[in-house]
Amino acid sequence: MGVLLEVENLTTEFVTRGGVVRAADGVSWDVGEGETVALVGESGCGKSVSALSIMRLVAPPAGRIVGGRVLFKGRDLLALSDEAMRQIRGREIAMIFQEPMTSLNPVLSIGRQLTEGLEIHLGITPREARQRAGELLAMVGIPDSERRLGQYPHQFSGGMRQRMMIAMALACNPSLILADEPTTALDVTIQAQILELMKDLSRRLAVAMLIITHNLGVVARYADRVNVMYAGRIVERGTARELYANPRHPYTLGLLRSVPRLDEPRRARLDPIEGQPPDLTRLGAGCAFAPRCAFQVARCAVERPRLVPIGGGGHVSACWEAANLDRAVARSGAAT
Amino acid sequence: MNDDAPLLEVRNLVKHFHVGGGLFGGRAGVVRAVDDVSFSIRRGETLGLVGESGCGKTTTGRCILQLERPTRGQIVFEGRDLTTLGEDELRPVRRKMQVIFQDPYSSLNPRMTVGQIIAEPLAVHGIVPDPAQRAARVRELLGHVGLLPQHARRYPHQLSGGQRQRVGIARALAVEPALIICDEPVSALDVSIQAQIINLLEDLQAQFGLTYLFVAHDLSVVRHISDRVAVMYLGKIVEITDRKSLYDAPLHPYTKALLSAVPIPDPALEAQRERVVLGGEVPSALNPPSGCVFHPRCPIAVDRCRGEVPELREIRPGHRAACILA
Repeated sequence: MGVLLEVENLTTEFVTRGGVVRAADGVSWDVGEGETVALVGESGCGKSVSALSIMRLVAPPAGRIVGGRVLFKGRDLLALSDEAMRQIRGREIAMIFQEPMTSLNPVLSIGRQLTEGLEIHLGITPREARQRAGELLAMVGIPDSERRLGQYPHQFSGGMRQRMMIAMALACNPSLILADEPTTALDVTIQAQILELMKDLSRRLAVAMLIITHNLGVVARYADRVNVMYAGRIVERGTARELYANPRHPYTLGLLRSVPRLDEPRRARLDPIEGQPPDLTRLGAGCAFAPRCAFQVARCAVERPRLVPIGGGGHVSACWEAANLDRAVARSGAAT
Repeated sequence: MNDDAPLLEVRNLVKHFHVGGGLFGGRAGVVRAVDDVSFSIRRGETLGLVGESGCGKTTTGRCILQLERPTRGQIVFEGRDLTTLGEDELRPVRRKMQVIFQDPYSSLNPRMTVGQIIAEPLAVHGIVPDPAQRAARVRELLGHVGLLPQHARRYPHQLSGGQRQRVGIARALAVEPALIICDEPVSALDVSIQAQIINLLEDLQAQFGLTYLFVAHDLSVVRHISDRVAVMYLGKIVEITDRKSLYDAPLHPYTKALLSAVPIPDPALEAQRERVVLGGEVPSALNPPSGCVFHPRCPIAVDRCRGEVPELREIRPGHRAACILA
């Protein structure tokens, strides 16, 4: 499997009233052809900004990409002209957002929103585009597509709108889809439908996917590899199986432990991550997670750990205590 | 008062909303948001109320609080039917029932400091008339919810989401309520903060003997916090029982589908797991399906389900479900 997208040392800054914020601070990750990769973290950790940076949709003057490279099929997207970038956006790399209502145009028919991109990117006639639009709706499980094409977004339910967004994303046969919290706004049973649909389509059409989410549970079933972000940096990465079975960053471990699980006996008490997420304008020299970390040592406050390999299979963790974490976990497990 | 009597009893609650027929003369219709719902909550107990958006769980909560006047049915709180009371008689009752909302940001006044927000109900209800004593009580309440005295001078926008939810909880606690309706209290919070708030709610329940109606869509969180659970679908309770029976041996096909849709953070387990993915979507409460409202999406529906409205009946001791096949 070849590498499709390679993000190297991407750094994106925003100017805020409180000062300059490094929303993404030298992050590096990649997506293989046809692979599903997850970017997991809480609000403000930089996961959405990473995706927007790839699409060059970070809005100046407040936000700008100050460093790094985004290699897509070997070309650096950050070095492309605006015109060349427009050819990539929507055609080679498509995006699905959390709230489909706000990302669809309320005054354009469903059909028009689907055909617009097809006509622009593929240069096909309106009639051909209309036919392709009908096929796309059928593909994402919207029946009665002829009638549906004439309707407007408000006539669709939340789940249907998200199906429509997926159809739009697939319209030009992209090789990569960036899905930013694609199911967060949906009900549980609809969430399951949409995720199964995305998994099925990505396999069938061999589209690579980057799923951005705050919910580790959502991606367990769907991601091949997982990147965990905290305060603008990647703190751990591994194959999904390795990361969930053997987390080697205290933050990942904390996320996994803090949620109640239906497959485990009910615990008398939940095990939260104490404290609050950090203020990104006031990050110190040390590890950003240190103030909330149960495993911190003196070094954590003064020296920022880099991502280093743990075991094999591409599992990396940015924690000074990563090697000791399993013993520490065993100890705390025995204590409770 | 008899301690064995439930703190709250909801009897055959119905709430209809009339829509349409307005300025543009659209066809008028009736949304049956809550359609004959009954349950009770004992003192010190937590009843989880789960369901998807539009199932009527929030409207049920609002009817209990008398923020909505029910179309039919009774809300018996501490032995009195609230639906028969006027506004003046309700005021002292409202003190006993508080609510914690999903989004603490939109439910806190942005122009008031945290101290003022928490002090307001103390002044309005005349609980602590003296300002100096009120400030002391605010400090005490901040302590109960894990905040510091200096937080009293901050404004909501200066706090994180989790801290704001703590302020919402302190405000609810201020009037020493018996019942707190928690309406999706953690779903807007980051995962790492959710557990903090859940633990806090449990601590406060133990400390002050609170009774909770916990309205949520997250079944894992509901299992953790609830003693009993009611599952709602399209305005009706389809299953209600104690926590253990519901999660170990669910009877209604909708409950089973909901449970199977909950993701488990373990790829190895997920790979083996059979999933019941429901087809279709929740129908409109404006025009609910005939017979069992769940039948169009039900994986095991038979012909009878189309014509017959299933009664919520006791299938095992203390375990009721509204399904003719259960």
